Order: sequence, then structure tokens, then C-alpha cells
Amino acid sequence: MTTQPYRLARGGRIDRAKRLRFSFNDRAYEGYRGDTLASALLANGVVLVGRGFKYHRPRGIMTAGSEEPNAIVQLGVGDRTEPNIRATQVELYDGLSAASINCWPSVEFDLGAVNGMMSRLFPAGFYYKTFMWPPSFWMKYEYFIRRMAGLGKAPDAPDPDRYDKTFAHCDVLVVGAGPAGLAAALAAGRAGARVILADEQAEPGGSLLASGETINGQPAAEWIAAALAELASMPDARVLARTTAFSYGDHNYVQMVERVADHLPPASSPGPRQRLWRVRAGQVVLAAGAIERPLVFADNDRPGIMLASAAATYVRRYAAAPGRRVLVFANNDGAYRDALALLDAGIGISAIVDPRPDPGAAIVAEIRRRGIEVLAGHVVAGTKGHGRVESAQVMKLDGDKVAGAARSIGCDAIAMSGGWNPTVHLFSQSGGKLRFDAARATFLPGAPVQAIRVAGAANGATSLQDCLREGHAAGAASAADAGAAGKAGDAPQAEPATPDEPAMPIWIVPSVKPVGEGGKHFIDHQNDVTAADLQLAVREGYSSVEHLKRYTTMGMGTDQGKTSNVNALALLAVTLGHEVGAVGTTTFRPPYTPVTVGAFAGHDQGDLLDPVRKTPLHGWHEIMGAPFENVGQWRRAWYYPKPGEDMHAAVGREAKAVRTGVGIVDASTLGKIDIQGPDAVELLNWVYTNAWNKLEIGRCRYGLMLGEDGMVMDDGVTTRLGENHYLMTTTTGNAARVLGWLENWLQCEWPHMRVYCTSVTEQWATVALNGPLARRLLAELTTDIELDPAKFPFLSFREGRVAAIPARIYRISFTGELSYEINVAPSHAVALWQALMAAGEKYAIVPYGTETMHVLRAEKGYIIVGQETDGTVTPHDLGMDWIVSKAKKDFIGKRSLARADTSRPDRKHLMGLLAENPSEVLPEGGQVVAEVKDRPPMAMIGHVTSSYFSPNAGRSIAMALIKNGRNRMGETVHVPAGERVIRATVTEPKFFDPEGKRLDG
Amino acid sequence: MKSRYSIFSLARNALHYHRDWDQAWRSPEPKAQYDVVIVGAGGHGLATAYYLAKEHGITNVAVLEKGWLGGGNTGRNTTVVRSNYLWDESAHLYEHSLKLWEGLSQDLNFNLMFSQRGLLALAHNQHELRELSRRVNAIRLNGIDSELMTVEQVKAFCPILDCSPGKRHPILGASLQRRGGTARHDAVAWGFARAADARGIDIIQNCEVTGFRMASGRVEGVETSRGFIGAGKVGVVVAGHASVLAGMAGLRLPIESHPLQALVTEPVKPVLHTVVMSSAVHVYVSQSDKGELVMGAGIDGYNSYAQRGSEPVVENLLNALIELFPIFSRLKLMRQWGGIVDVCPDASPIIGKTPVAGLYFNCGWGTGGFKATPGSGWVFAHTIAQDRPHRLNEAFTLERFGHGYLVDEHGAAGVAH
Repeated sequence: MTTQPYRLARGGRIDRAKRLRFSFNDRAYEGYRGDTLASALLANGVVLVGRGFKYHRPRGIMTAGSEEPNAIVQLGVGDRTEPNIRATQVELYDGLSAASINCWPSVEFDLGAVNGMMSRLFPAGFYYKTFMWPPSFWMKYEYFIRRMAGLGKAPDAPDPDRYDKTFAHCDVLVVGAGPAGLAAALAAGRAGARVILADEQAEPGGSLLASGETINGQPAAEWIAAALAELASMPDARVLARTTAFSYGDHNYVQMVERVADHLPPASSPGPRQRLWRVRAGQVVLAAGAIERPLVFADNDRPGIMLASAAATYVRRYAAAPGRRVLVFANNDGAYRDALALLDAGIGISAIVDPRPDPGAAIVAEIRRRGIEVLAGHVVAGTKGHGRVESAQVMKLDGDKVAGAARSIGCDAIAMSGGWNPTVHLFSQSGGKLRFDAARATFLPGAPVQAIRVAGAANGATSLQDCLREGHAAGAASAADAGAAGKAGDAPQAEPATPDEPAMPIWIVPSVKPVGEGGKHFIDHQNDVTAADLQLAVREGYSSVEHLKRYTTMGMGTDQGKTSNVNALALLAVTLGHEVGAVGTTTFRPPYTPVTVGAFAGHDQGDLLDPVRKTPLHGWHEIMGAPFENVGQWRRAWYYPKPGEDMHAAVGREAKAVRTGVGIVDASTLGKIDIQGPDAVELLNWVYTNAWNKLEIGRCRYGLMLGEDGMVMDDGVTTRLGENHYLMTTTTGNAARVLGWLENWLQCEWPHMRVYCTSVTEQWATVALNGPLARRLLAELTTDIELDPAKFPFLSFREGRVAAIPARIYRISFTGELSYEINVAPSHAVALWQALMAAGEKYAIVPYGTETMHVLRAEKGYIIVGQETDGTVTPHDLGMDWIVSKAKKDFIGKRSLARADTSRPDRKHLMGLLAENPSEVLPEGGQVVAEVKDRPPMAMIGHVTSSYFSPNAGRSIAMALIKNGRNRMGETVHVPAGERVIRATVTEPKFFDPEGKRLDG
Repeated sequence: MKSRYSIFSLARNALHYHRDWDQAWRSPEPKAQYDVVIVGAGGHGLATAYYLAKEHGITNVAVLEKGWLGGGNTGRNTTVVRSNYLWDESAHLYEHSLKLWEGLSQDLNFNLMFSQRGLLALAHNQHELRELSRRVNAIRLNGIDSELMTVEQVKAFCPILDCSPGKRHPILGASLQRRGGTARHDAVAWGFARAADARGIDIIQNCEVTGFRMASGRVEGVETSRGFIGAGKVGVVVAGHASVLAGMAGLRLPIESHPLQALVTEPVKPVLHTVVMSSAVHVYVSQSDKGELVMGAGIDGYNSYAQRGSEPVVENLLNALIELFPIFSRLKLMRQWGGIVDVCPDASPIIGKTPVAGLYFNCGWGTGGFKATPGSGWVFAHTIAQDRPHRLNEAFTLERFGHGYLVDEHGAAGVAH
């Protein structure tokens, strides 16, 4: 166990009483509660944390926040391992283990570094120019390229953690709990608005957590505590730490992810690991702060080189020294304050290098007063070091070149600052455009297009006072716009600060050699994109920002270019000779930082992925040992095997029983739509092909529903229950679609119609009795319904009692047998079923499942929509001309039926197919060919839609859609099946009781 | 003549710090008159121009682009290439395209990273199994590679798929097209652009077409944000805005425009070695060479020209991903975006002539245009050059919506339209 050699003796928001053990690359370390993995590594003197993506150069920690491009690690082990985690955001816990990624065998000695030696062969987009010979070899090259790429590793087992979701509304959502965000939340909350304040860090405070300033006369930390206490006292203000607002949609729909338990040891918390928040905010205050801009100088990627503000944050907030002799390289006054923070903590500053010829702010003078050398008009022209920066080569800046002799200044860290980029990602996602502010050399939010205000550093403010003032104003105005009438109180006051002198934009820092010819000027540290890459892309014509991004992969890493995009855009503009800002920006895409896939899924996984719909009789089917098949969301009993029976045997037994005795089937899943209103019949006339005016009350009629293209979309029986009252049935799979179809027409096209449709699928359980003995059985259980076919004919409906249960009985048939479909309330379904089974025992009643149902209907040539039809089949194709009204003026699909192709006589027709060998069952989905060739291609004339062994016909039967089929009756056709070809004869698609004599028993 | 790309030219240029590479394409000023103007510098438009030059010797061609070339659906799709289509007409068109893909990197001298890693289409219920079997039979009889797989074979082919039988939507089988796979989408636009430019074709970016000039039923050129550009013939290939351009010519297309979203996770080491699609558990996914999982699902249900979609689609897609691949739950969504797809009623494209002489449209590719890029350009070039469709695209006329000879490929799209 190493001690913490770079831990400062005092200060920081860490709990020194709480030591935490952790391991990095299998080496044990210690840190404190309050540390991040990054701060703990720095405290332990570990600066080499990873390797570059492409050249495998050593990389260290560059930032202290979510913008980190370098320090991404594999966190955890086993099924809880997680790739590509930013060490700067990982809160240390006891037992944490992490490892570097994308290096082998180790981060110290990485064989991939050989790429760095050959880097001149690998400029931007090199892979587009090579690996093309021999032509067949790309897959082999690709094998190795893929292995070189990819950063961390996916877990190899399912995720044991749970994820939660919350949907919330608020008046004012404040994103970012730094000074501006806290001031905004306080103002909005005091005014009486419902407030949510979200911040991605472990605790609210933002930059104040590493600040030496005072607010309202209190030290920053005390003011934060007071502000949080006040927010906590408000009835409707919620503060969410560890919560990143990552996406901004239309109508102020903001998604956030709360890392509920990621800061705790794995499996130590009973709750969810993360929670996805979907917030519909009346008003949004974006106070997301700003991200410091790295400077693009030669070899600016050595471990130890970090953002100046990050260096100060590690010192002030974590009491971790980024080095012992830090060189500061900055073009603005802010970095001098960071240098001061380091000095105050006892860290040596080897020099401050400032490209500005004559920086004159008070802070500069103060630094000089403390004996620190300020090299004005100078730049860092290069760095040296192995595994850690050891020196900087400082040269005088002369225009856009360096001049004079290089002076090597020893250092073990470089704190750099090229200015600040406001965090405008969410503003951009909200639809707002950015404008380039030349004075501040940065992109600022333009006019908002949604109810959003940007405040503080995100809006370009640089002083604490401005951040507080802007935040307060935005919070107060948002609350007022949201209708909160209370007083927002006074804005918090910081100490007055002397204004900074302007920064000097320097988008590329010159070196002794031209860019690209010595040293690497990294822009995108994660994807290893250099200034030379960018210039090459421009030279080759990839000069629009999107081409540049895609060609160089700039900004396409897991950091999505937070530290690199603006530098790249500016350098692009400079290279093209444009004003910075004239080239536009790439699009800011959600998410702001990557979000765990599991958090989106939440609880909707496994069995909860999709609701399972079960009929009221499901339990009974289970007891009987029926296997189930998924039909849409429903589980339907497939068949009921007796001991020793396979599916074939069970279906054979069931199918015979129905035709000889009586069978019982659960048909509850059929869609049922209750249609009421004076215009109900008109609706039916529109959506079905046949006429409905003459349907009497108590009678049923079969209907075909077409799409506007004239193709069969659904079928079912509709019954007239009353004067203006109908019950439509649909196929199981299409129930929702048909209801949506009806509503679409009613709401969008025919709003004048007085008709209402309601799904009653689950309000009725349906039990169908089928078979010649059905009437005798039913007669035993009902006294108030006359079952005589003359009194209760086919296609009619009666209400009464069955086994004393109130029931609707429909005489409709999907088997061709005498059939009664008995509908009862779902709570009575089991009682009805059991009564029928008990009474049916003497008739040898047999329950049958969907497979037998399919066989029986196929024996009769009845279609199943979706099996005999596929959206390309007309009623005529099915031989169902009889159902298409010639008299009706119009119905949906009528016009399409008249189209030249739709009315062609030689379309595909639904036919029967009988295999030459009666025991051979044709494969469903088999293609039908007229002429067999030795090898494909072969002209296909149709396909087998349904195919079974029919126990009642005593042979195999099949239905098929066959081109010009009705003119091919009796022809022999062929169905290639694997290595064989099955011969079959075209017939009528009716295989049993073709005259339909059995409907009345 | 452009210098050829190869490992040798790369090494040679490395000696000069890559200072001497040519521009991949010029940025010429538009001429007053072209033989052919192609509207839309996406993959299809650039391919059209390339094949006009290569196959038909027509090089006085401009490709006009409103924004940056390849910036529409070419740069926004999920890069899947396949030809496993049900109907003869589509199968032949997409197979022609796939065959072009197979030699395209060499033909264009630009590595498109065309990776024939196979494409699995999963079946989760009896109905899907039946449909899959029908499709595989049809594809094979059309002479195209396709095979049916049992669940055991699926498991062996893609071990990280959760093939356990107790799932909400268990995997019952799959079809596999081994020649299917992915390609680097941007490279397709760039490769065609560079090759077309090398043959003398002008690619003019930031040039928006605002209208057509027509006289006596014939097109004479296009009005653009950079002035009038005369043209003997005009081919329009503007996915997402085909109806808008058609409207400028007084035409109505049977097209609905919808958002289609895609997203990628953070890159991880190779873990998924094929393309997997499922319609019942609605997602398609592959892993890019960079390591990201690249995913898409169905279109957003509403019509829109905004290049962004709604959240439920993303959520359902990620639910589906975890259902198929439970080990992906801890990966992280890194970037999401949207495009606009033009969907025809039969989910097949329109490639052909219009009632205006000399004006041709190539549109309506819905969610599946990327895979067709070379084939689409090839047949469209033929159609423009010969003023009549090639045999491969003669079924895909605009007139089919009048006479009803549709090519219904809703099932083949792999995603719900």
C-alpha cells in the first residue's frame, strides 16, 4: 500500500477520517471519502492513467469534470464492470477497482505504442486510402482494426442492477447548481415556483466548491450550505445531486439521469442503481457553467498536462497536488488565480507562460510580487517527458511563429488555459442558435426558441458577481413567467472584483517545426486528432465542419468533443482564412454525457418488456398442460397433449373430435369493438366491403376490411345488438390496429359522424362450442334460449343464461361445424367452461387449441388474415367476390380495386394444393414453381400460405396463393423444399364438406 | 487525374508530411448549362453522377447540394447492406446493388470498409417463422444467398444473443444472409464524390434548388440559391424532401415523410460480429469498426421534416436491445440523431420518369436506401441517360400507384413503416 505522496496536508472537502481502499491496474491505493478516482490517483502520484486511442501515447488526467477526454477507465469487475468511465466523475468508495483501457500488456508498457512510432503512416482518414488490396482481404484487415479500436470491454453477463424512472413536472428547472444555478433556484423558489435543481456533481456548488471567494460575506462553502438549507425549507423545491440533464426536447422536455447508487460499493444499496428523470419544465434556467479550453501546443498530451481550473480544483477541493512544480500556460487572467491557489497550497510554480505581450492586471502583478516568473509574449512550443511531462520548451511568440532560442523549463505538470467555452449543449439541443462573440472569443447562446434562459458562465459571465446576478435574474423571471407571484428577494452579493483584461485567443500554438512535422498538437485527445489531421482534412476538401468531424473523427469520442470542438472549429476557420465563428458548429446531439442503456429500459425488461395478455381461462389451460403460442401480446393455448402425445397426435385427436362430437375452444382473444351511435351503420358501410343497411337486430354478418389500397386488412363478424348498437369482432393480432383505424377515420376524416367505438375485448370472455353435438350439450345448460335452428339460425345472436350465467351467444362458425360462441363476463369464464366440460363429459367433449382451430378452418378453406393475406391480397384474389358489394357507392378500398393491376384476372389466387404423396405436408412458406430448374433462379408463381395434415380429410392439405391459380386447376406444380422438390396439384381451397352442410349440425 | 490511394501512396506522402494530397473533390463554380443536373449530393445522387460518367460517358454533369455532400440520410443511417428482399423486383434491384458493393472500394479507389459480416433476421413467433421461411425460399430461388437457422444455430453464430426459451419473445429461429453486412456510410458519399469529380463532374455544395424552369412540358434547368443553372435533364434524388421538390415541379408524390432515429453507444472492444435485426422485439444493431453499437428501429409515427424524433422510439429500441442482448445494459448511449425518410405506400422506391419530360425522380426509399446506394445510382443513371428505365427499375415507376402494380415490401423493411 502506497501512501498519498501528493496529498496536501490541509484543506479540501475530503473526509480524512474516512480512508478508502481502492485498486488501479491491480495496484492497491488509499484515498479519502470525498475523493474522485481521479483526485485519489493524483494524490497517490499516479498520473499515467491511460493510453491514446490511436497512437497509444501515455495519457493522464486532463480535467476535473465530465468533459474529461483522457482518463477513462474500466470500472469494476464481473457482471458489474463498466467500460469507458471518466475517472474524474467516479466517486471513490471502499473496494473500488478500476483499470486502464485500450492498452496491452499494461498502461506503462503498451505494445500499441508502436503505432505512435509509425504515426506518419496514420494521418486522418488513412484507412480510406488503403486496405483495399487484395480486394477480398478487407475482412482480414478489419479483424485487426476492430481489435485495435473500441476502448473498454462490455460485461459478459447480464446486468444485475435495477433502474428506475420518474416523470416530473415543475415550474422552473434549473440545470447546474453552481453560483448561477443556486441563485436562480433560490429566486424562483422564494417567488413560489415549483423548482427542480439538478447538478451532475456529487454535491451542489459547482465552481464554488473550489473557490476561495465569499458571498454575502460568507465563505463560499457556508453560503452553499445556507442556500441548500433554504431550498430544503421550501415546500416544493427539489435538489438533485449526481443528476445530469442530458437531453432537451420540444416543449421543455428535459431528460436527466440520477446516479443513485454509483457512488456506493456495488450491490450495497437496495434501491435502483440509476434513475431516469423525464421532466416537463414550464421554464428552464440553464446554468451549466463553462468548460475550460485546452491550448493546442506541440505534445500537449503528456500526463501532467491539465486544465488550469482542474489543477486548482484538485488542490482546493480535493487537496491533491497535480504536481510539485507546475508550469502555467494561459492566455487569460483567470489562470493566474488558479496559479495563486496552487501557490497558496504550497505548490511550486515554475513559471507562467502567457502569449499576451503585456498582461497587466492586478493579479499578474500579485503573482510577480510573489516571485513567480511571468513570461509574457511567450508560449510553450513543446514538451518533453517519459510517462509524465518533465519540461516545457518555452519560446517567444512572434506573430504566428515562435522566435529565438527555446528555454527548457523543468516542471512535472502544466496547467493550461485557452479561455472558456460556455456549456451551451442543452441550449443548442433546445433549438437555440449559437453566436460567436469575438470579444470573448467564444460561442454564446443566441435567442432562445423555447422557454429557456441561460445564466452565469454558460452565458459567458466570468465574474462570480455576474454569475450570481444573472442566475438570480433568470430564476426570478422564470418564476414570474411560470405564474409564481411571490418576491424573489435580493441577488446574492460577491465581493467586487477588478475586471479581467481580455484574453488573447490563440487557436494553435506555433512550434519550431511546422504543424504536423514535429510534435503533435492534439485537439481531440480522446480520438487522437491533431491539428495536422485537421489541416490535412481541409487540404483534401473536407472543409465543412461536418466533413471535418467525420473525416478526422474529431469530437466523436465518448466526450463528444467537450474540450475539442471549439478549438477545432476555430482552427478550421483560421485555416480557411475565415473569421472564427463563420464556419458554424457541428450539431450538439443528446446525450450531454453518455447514459446507461439500462436506465432507459428501467423496469421494462424481461417479462415486463411487453405486457403479456392472458385470457380468464389461462390458468385452466395451464393445468391441462397446454403449451402456449404468442399471438400478438396474447398467450393462446396451442394444443392439449394427453400423456405421450406429441403435437401431431394431439391435434389429430382434437380435430377429429370436433367434427364427430363436440369441441370447446377459448376464443377470448378475438378483438371486440362496441360501436354505438346513429351513424354506426354508415361507419360499417365505409369500412367493410359489403352492405350493412339491412342487417336486422339480432343478426350477424361476416365482413372484410380493406386498406385504401384495396388489400385485405382484417376480417370478422359484426352483430347488430340494437337499433344503433353493433359489436364488431376483429382478428386477435389486429384488434388494436382496427380500433385505431376506425378512430383515425372518425377523428380525421368524418368528424361529423355520430358514432363511438370502444374496445370491449377484455370485457367479454368467449368460449366456443363446435361440433355436431354442440346443440345437445348447450341445451342442457340453458333454459331461456331457443336453440332450434329455425328459431336461432346461423349468423344470429341471442342473450340468455348458460349455466345460470348471463351470456351472449353468437351462432357463427370458424370450423364449418354447428357452433355457438358464448360470451360471458370474464369473472364467469371459468365457471362457464367448467360447467360445459362437466356437462360435456358424456359427449366426450374435447378442448382444442389454436393449432386445431387452424387445421379445422383450413379444411374448410377459411382464411386467416395475415397468413393467407400479406397486404397484397384483394377479396377477388381470395375468391371472395361475393362479399364485395357492387351496389354500394363507395367503401374504403373500392377505388383501388378498380385499378388496372388490382382488377387483372391473372393475379395470384388463393387455391388448394394437394401434395402427390398424401402423407407429405408441404412446408408453409414454400415457394411454388411451375417449372423446376437445375439451380436457381427459378420463376416463382406463388407460395404455400397454410399447410397441415388434415385428420378429417385423411391427408395433407395446403392453401397457396398461386399466380392465375383459378386457371391452373388440376395442374401439377412444384414446391422446392431444401434439397427436394415436392409435386402437388392445384385444387379448390376446400377440403372438407365443400357444400357447407354441417353448419346446422 | 487524381493520384491513386494505396498503401504505397500513403507511405510516399508520409515522407512529405501529407502535404501533397489532392483535394478529394473540387468546389467549382456552377456552369451556365449542363447536360444533366442531379439534385442532391447524397450517396444516391453522387452514385448517379458517377455511373452517368462511367457507364454512359455523360460527364457534363453537376450535382447540386443544399448543404454539405453526404449530409442527409447518407450520413445518418445505420450502414446496413443486404439484399434479402421478398419480391422478385426488389430482390433483383438490391442484389444488383449488393454485387456492386462487392467491388466498390476497388472501383472507386476508396476504402468503404464494406464488411460482409452477415445479417441475422430473428423470428420470435410462429407467424414470423412462417414468413421468414417464405422469404428465405423466395430469396434462394432468386439465386441470392440466404439460409434459415434454428435457434441452436443462431446461438452458435451469435453467442451473446439471449436465446433462452422462457423469454417474453423467445428467439425461435432466424434467417441469415452471409453476404450482408455494413459499410462506412460517409465513405460511400466521399468515395463516389471523389470518383465522380475525377471524371469531370462538378459537385456544387451550398447550392439549394428553389424551383424548376420548364417550358412546354420539358425541364430546362433549375433555379438555385446561386442562380439559374440550365440542364438538358434533371434527376432529383433528395431523400426526405422528395415531395417538396416534386411540388416545385407541380407533381404530387405518394410519399409520407417521417423522422427515423438512430443512435450509438460508446465504443467497446469487439463483441458483436454480425448484424442482428428483429421486428417483434424491434431493433437492428451492429458494431462499427470503431466499436460503437449502431442501432435503429422503426420510424416515428407522425409526419415531420424535423431531423429529430420522439423519446418513446428510443426507449423501446433500447428495451429491445437489452431483451436480445442482456450484456449490453451497462453500455452507454453516446449519441442519438434523426433523419427524415420518405416512405411510399408499398415501402418500395420510385425510380423513373415523371410527366415532365427530362425530369426524373429517384425517391421513396423509406428506411432502406443506404444499402441500395450503388444500385440506385446505377439504374437511375441508366434511366436518365436512356430516357427509359432499366429492366431492374421498370417496376418502380410513379405510375404504379395509378395502375396498382405495387411492390409491397413492408415485411422486408425489417422495421415497421
